[in-house]
Amino acid sequence: MSIVKKDVEHIAHLARIELSDAEKQKFEKELSAILAFVEKLNEVDTAEVEPMTGGTELENHLREDAVIDGDLEEKAEALLAAAPETKETWIKVKAIFE
Amino acid sequence: MKLNEFTIIQAAAGLHDKKFSARELIVDCLAAIRGYDENFHAYLEVFETAERHAEEADRLIEKGGVLPPLLGIPLAIKDNILIKGGRTTAGSKILANYTAPYDATVIKKLKNHGAIFLGKTNLDEFAMGVSTENSAFGPTKNPRDTSRVPGGSSGGSAAAVAAHLCLGALGSDTGGSIRQPASFCGVVGFKPTYGSVSRHGLIAMASSLDQIGPFAKTVADAELLFGAIAGPDHFDATTHPDPMQLPPIESLKHLRIGVPKEYFISGLDHRVETAIRSALEKIEKAGAIIKEISLSHSEYALAAYYIIVPSEVSANLARFDGVRYGLQEKNARTLAEVYTHSRAHGFGTEVKRRIMLGTYALSSGYYDAYYLKAQKVRRLIKQDFERAFKEVDVIASPTAPTPAFRFGEKTDDPIQMYLADIYTVAVNLAGIPGISLPAEKVLEEKALLPVGLQLVGPRWGDRQLLGIAKLAEQVIANS
Repeated sequence: MSIVKKDVEHIAHLARIELSDAEKQKFEKELSAILAFVEKLNEVDTAEVEPMTGGTELENHLREDAVIDGDLEEKAEALLAAAPETKETWIKVKAIFE
Repeated sequence: MKLNEFTIIQAAAGLHDKKFSARELIVDCLAAIRGYDENFHAYLEVFETAERHAEEADRLIEKGGVLPPLLGIPLAIKDNILIKGGRTTAGSKILANYTAPYDATVIKKLKNHGAIFLGKTNLDEFAMGVSTENSAFGPTKNPRDTSRVPGGSSGGSAAAVAAHLCLGALGSDTGGSIRQPASFCGVVGFKPTYGSVSRHGLIAMASSLDQIGPFAKTVADAELLFGAIAGPDHFDATTHPDPMQLPPIESLKHLRIGVPKEYFISGLDHRVETAIRSALEKIEKAGAIIKEISLSHSEYALAAYYIIVPSEVSANLARFDGVRYGLQEKNARTLAEVYTHSRAHGFGTEVKRRIMLGTYALSSGYYDAYYLKAQKVRRLIKQDFERAFKEVDVIASPTAPTPAFRFGEKTDDPIQMYLADIYTVAVNLAGIPGISLPAEKVLEEKALLPVGLQLVGPRWGDRQLLGIAKLAEQVIANS
């Protein structure tokens, strides 16, 4: 499967990463090469095989719906302190609507 | 002998017998770091507060009574594991100034065991890489030969242990990131069964594969560290509440060791092959039975891995958007630019590459052909191991196809880089435990380069595998 510039731009948009022209060229080549490499998987007959869904065999691993975390106020402060832009107890973002 | 040259078990005995204090132990480690780490750059940050914690440990030792098992033992922590109040960068510009708001569960456990943290170690950005060359803060050098890489992504932790800049360390392993640097640096590195160690507080890379594990100078030390960090955790639903551990194996006699025939292929450095076969001969002389086995889907493991991991990475790294934490691009004019510019400037090349690959593999129209297909092949790989473990107790192989390579050797071609993990990725895909321990060194130009023997066990066979590795370690060292 070969990737062209249009594909790279589409993927970059989905991934929300701005790429320079040089990067677009580089990724066009590299992604094509890696995708060619993984094409190998088509040699394997997986018609009757159940896909794995993760790393564990546990299912519906639940716990009681009770608060198990402590120091919630301290944690809230730490989370706010980590945000690049805040106003009082809110995290500030750019306008979502125009 | 300087105190930083001890093993954890030796140091714990010395502290217990009051041969030296925890403060003296920590001071020796910090002095070693100050004196030598500029040659290696294993550490991204060193905790000067470690000395104060050592004094607290000494007060507890003075008081006597039952002491926590790792009291006063100095450890280094890979910088993708959160220590509360400290900087945690994941080796990335996008988290260069990020302060951890909580302790990872493994950190809490180690604190309860009385361990002391010396600092955070260098890694490939977001744990993506095989050489630590992808760190946004400069590479780490292999202490055995500083013109070579220490391996990756946990290169800093491996180097710190190899250079006696700590007594043990934690790393993380998604496709070999503990075992391969252990092999390159000549130390022990252990990746536990998936679900045995909590990932809460580990910056996520590929959630169905990531595991935290120990680096140490000996298998017995690694076993001690594993015991301290393992266990179920309410904050990580993939940890098993009560796994059935396999019983220990006390002797190498009659131990059935499987050697996968598919692993001895071109691309395996013949000196590495010789070192591995030599180690296996020694183990055979001790009474073990070496059997050739077949893991028939081996040649597909790397391809499955390089679809599954980038896919999970693209999802896990979507959270780095310049809004709640991390780098925010100040020149962004719109919300969209906050995302696209922050991520463009914050992420390095390999990270972008994997996000792009994963985004593509999961996108509409391609999900079935790539991600779903890879997860099916993954099941076949897992079944290969399950079948093999009906015939053998442990599987042996080289950890890596070559000894440590030189800086810049693999950076031009991503696939060449990915091939470094050819013997390690299948173990993560299957969720089973694997350990690398030093075998014979190989001579390359004037340097003696370490080579790791990888031993792999069945799921929940961690204790058993560590026991076998301890016996193997003795036999390899003594002959």
